[in-house]
Amino acid sequence: MLKKFDPNIMAFLCNWCSYAGADLTGTSHFHYPPNLKAIRVMCTGRINPLMVAAAFRHGADGVLISGCHPGECHYMEGNYLARRKIFVFRNLLEFVGINPERLQMSWVSASEGKKFSNVVKEITEKIKKLGPLTTFDE
Amino acid sequence: MKLGVYICHCGVNIKANVNVAKLTKFAEQLPRVRVARDYLYMCSEPGQQLIKKDIEEHGLDRVVVAACSPRMHEITFRKALRSAGLNPHCLEIANIREQCSWVHEDRMKATQKAQKLLAAAVSKAALLEPLEEKEVEVTPAALVVGGGIAGIQAALDIADTGYKVYLVEKEPSIGGHMIQLDKTFPTLDCSACILTPKMADVGNHPNIELFSYSEVVAVKGFVGNFEVTIKKKPRYIDETKCNACGQCAQYCSIEVPDSFNLNLSKRKCIYIPFPQSVPACYVIDPDHCRYLLTRDCTQCLEVCKQGTNAIDFTQKEELVEVKVGTIVIATGYDLFDVTTKPEYGYHLYDNVITGLEFERLSNASGPTTGEIIINGKKPKDVVFIQCVGSRDKTVGNEYCSRVCCMYTAKQAHLVREKLPQATITVFYMDVRAFGKGFEEFYDRVKQEGVKYRRGNPSEVYRRGDRLVVKAEDTLQGELVEVEADLVVLASGIIPNKQTAQIASLLKLSQSPDRFLLEAHPKLRPVDSASDGIFLAGCCQGPKDIPDSVAQASAAAAKSLIPLSTGKVIIQALTSFVQESDCRGCGFCVEACPFDAIELREVKRGRRVLEVASVNEVLCKGCGVCASVCLSGAIQQKSFADRQILSMVAALGEEYA
Repeated sequence: MLKKFDPNIMAFLCNWCSYAGADLTGTSHFHYPPNLKAIRVMCTGRINPLMVAAAFRHGADGVLISGCHPGECHYMEGNYLARRKIFVFRNLLEFVGINPERLQMSWVSASEGKKFSNVVKEITEKIKKLGPLTTFDE
Repeated sequence: MKLGVYICHCGVNIKANVNVAKLTKFAEQLPRVRVARDYLYMCSEPGQQLIKKDIEEHGLDRVVVAACSPRMHEITFRKALRSAGLNPHCLEIANIREQCSWVHEDRMKATQKAQKLLAAAVSKAALLEPLEEKEVEVTPAALVVGGGIAGIQAALDIADTGYKVYLVEKEPSIGGHMIQLDKTFPTLDCSACILTPKMADVGNHPNIELFSYSEVVAVKGFVGNFEVTIKKKPRYIDETKCNACGQCAQYCSIEVPDSFNLNLSKRKCIYIPFPQSVPACYVIDPDHCRYLLTRDCTQCLEVCKQGTNAIDFTQKEELVEVKVGTIVIATGYDLFDVTTKPEYGYHLYDNVITGLEFERLSNASGPTTGEIIINGKKPKDVVFIQCVGSRDKTVGNEYCSRVCCMYTAKQAHLVREKLPQATITVFYMDVRAFGKGFEEFYDRVKQEGVKYRRGNPSEVYRRGDRLVVKAEDTLQGELVEVEADLVVLASGIIPNKQTAQIASLLKLSQSPDRFLLEAHPKLRPVDSASDGIFLAGCCQGPKDIPDSVAQASAAAAKSLIPLSTGKVIIQALTSFVQESDCRGCGFCVEACPFDAIELREVKRGRRVLEVASVNEVLCKGCGVCASVCLSGAIQQKSFADRQILSMVAALGEEYA
């Protein structure tokens, strides 16, 4: 019997907004699928695209980067830097044959527990539809 | 390298959804793990003792705790490590509660996820380096933003302890909304009578420097050493000379609506907001002054020249820099805009007023010297409508404003006192009389013949020369129409208009209700998420006066901690440069939002090279520099590339 596809999704969450938001999701007991596992960084601006590449190389089927809303970065503008990098990196993903939809970005503040659970549900659904990242597209 | 892994049951919080025994077995076989234990409450004293004992007996040099979020107990466990002689930064926490057991229902899958989270933490822990924490001196002064009752109380408490306070208020006088109120519930104290002594204390306090008619425009730095820029708007009057004699206003010919009386009366263009204003100094309204607009009137100038000669039309906007160690935010609230509920006719009928307008109407210092007169007549039938803009999803305010039930009861009492013959009806959804003495007061008001009808009115309209309030009385199950000649809307509380601006200035978060977000809803209700910045009063959520005062004193006490210890430990997660790998490109210098990195020259044999160098005091530890470095020469402590990548690799593994 074929094993049902259970995607592995890695997330990079900033300490001040999205990681705290994810904690609030827990405190409020809003459920979401267990596919997503988070790595805490102080700011999304810390994320180097190589880390995303490494995630895909190590078996992630999808990657989520989530930080403070635009204009609310704890470090002034790290989230903007992350957004620019991700935008460019998604083009590169497409170029090498990885569907850029596998890399998602969201803004979740420390008070948006419900939103975080929705974000995880959405990305999990999306990656389930895309299937496992075993071969390159096209 | 010897690792210890400690897995918390958190009672049943973790254990119910994660197989802790299996997780402990799993931990035992992870590389470099010397001991793996589980315990009922790892954060308890015996739990911490377990860790300390193992550090001493097994010579552990890294510790992994799988428990609640690091945002909860990281500090607890760091202290435990330190007391056992281990560097507190040799700790990694796997968050298996908030981000695992509490959010997943499938126990098997939650356990598998917990394994991954734990494996990731273990692999990172093995790469952690001991870090040194730096102490910096604290500037022994505080900034208080907002001069309402919360700001006043916080400023007085800090100043009384002997520290310098800069109090910034955007209006020409301190006092906030409280000074506009008539009586206060449930004791019926006169609001101004209990507030003005405190205002006077602020004005006279040797440790308080008051910046009225001013705004904070920039904040730099960090806990212990904030640099604040304050914009002083021109009053066009020299504060040191004005003795508030009021001659100028008598000669001024321009009359404009008096915003202190909520435009219910007129004031002159040169004015003092109210008689007890602090500072007791006049101010010129630049939008209406004929001299400032067209230079064709100098009436006030002429008369003032014969007195103290305080008027100075050459005054310009002024920027003042101050240094403080801590900041208290007390920016207060605004009233819900009742015109967004057009069905209540506020924009159509003069005799539909807001709760705050009623306060001015009933106030002895108000436009009618305290007589309840509307359109020249004493009303015979008065209707109060509660929850206008509160508990109302249609206007985006789901929350309860917490004061309207009681201020309505108080206002109903005042109407009864001043107009004994009037009929008084209160339409309510629920009466929330939760505070000390509230229920008793509500009971008293009901016994005074105030009729409480449960129902949320659908409409206020005119019939002849009277108003009709239409509602469904949900207790009697009937439609009712109540005639009135005064309708008071119990307008709710919304965050001050400038809250978003303040939040972005100080990097504070807002909760979904748009009030400022506290660091922890239960245990750190007056802290913001940023060290050294505290919240007081209604900026954090609707509050009555005693709650605002209590929170202000709490915020003052909290902000005094760094001031009185004189030192703060700055976080160790700064960046560092491996100079031999740095090629001096300067990308990090450009990327750093805090100007904490600069290129400096170093000698390599005979050659002189440029390499990046981090100023650890300015570095806030975001790690942006590390993400743009091409050679990996600049790294963030505890969040180095190889540390993060080791977690990625561990999360990618499949575990049985």
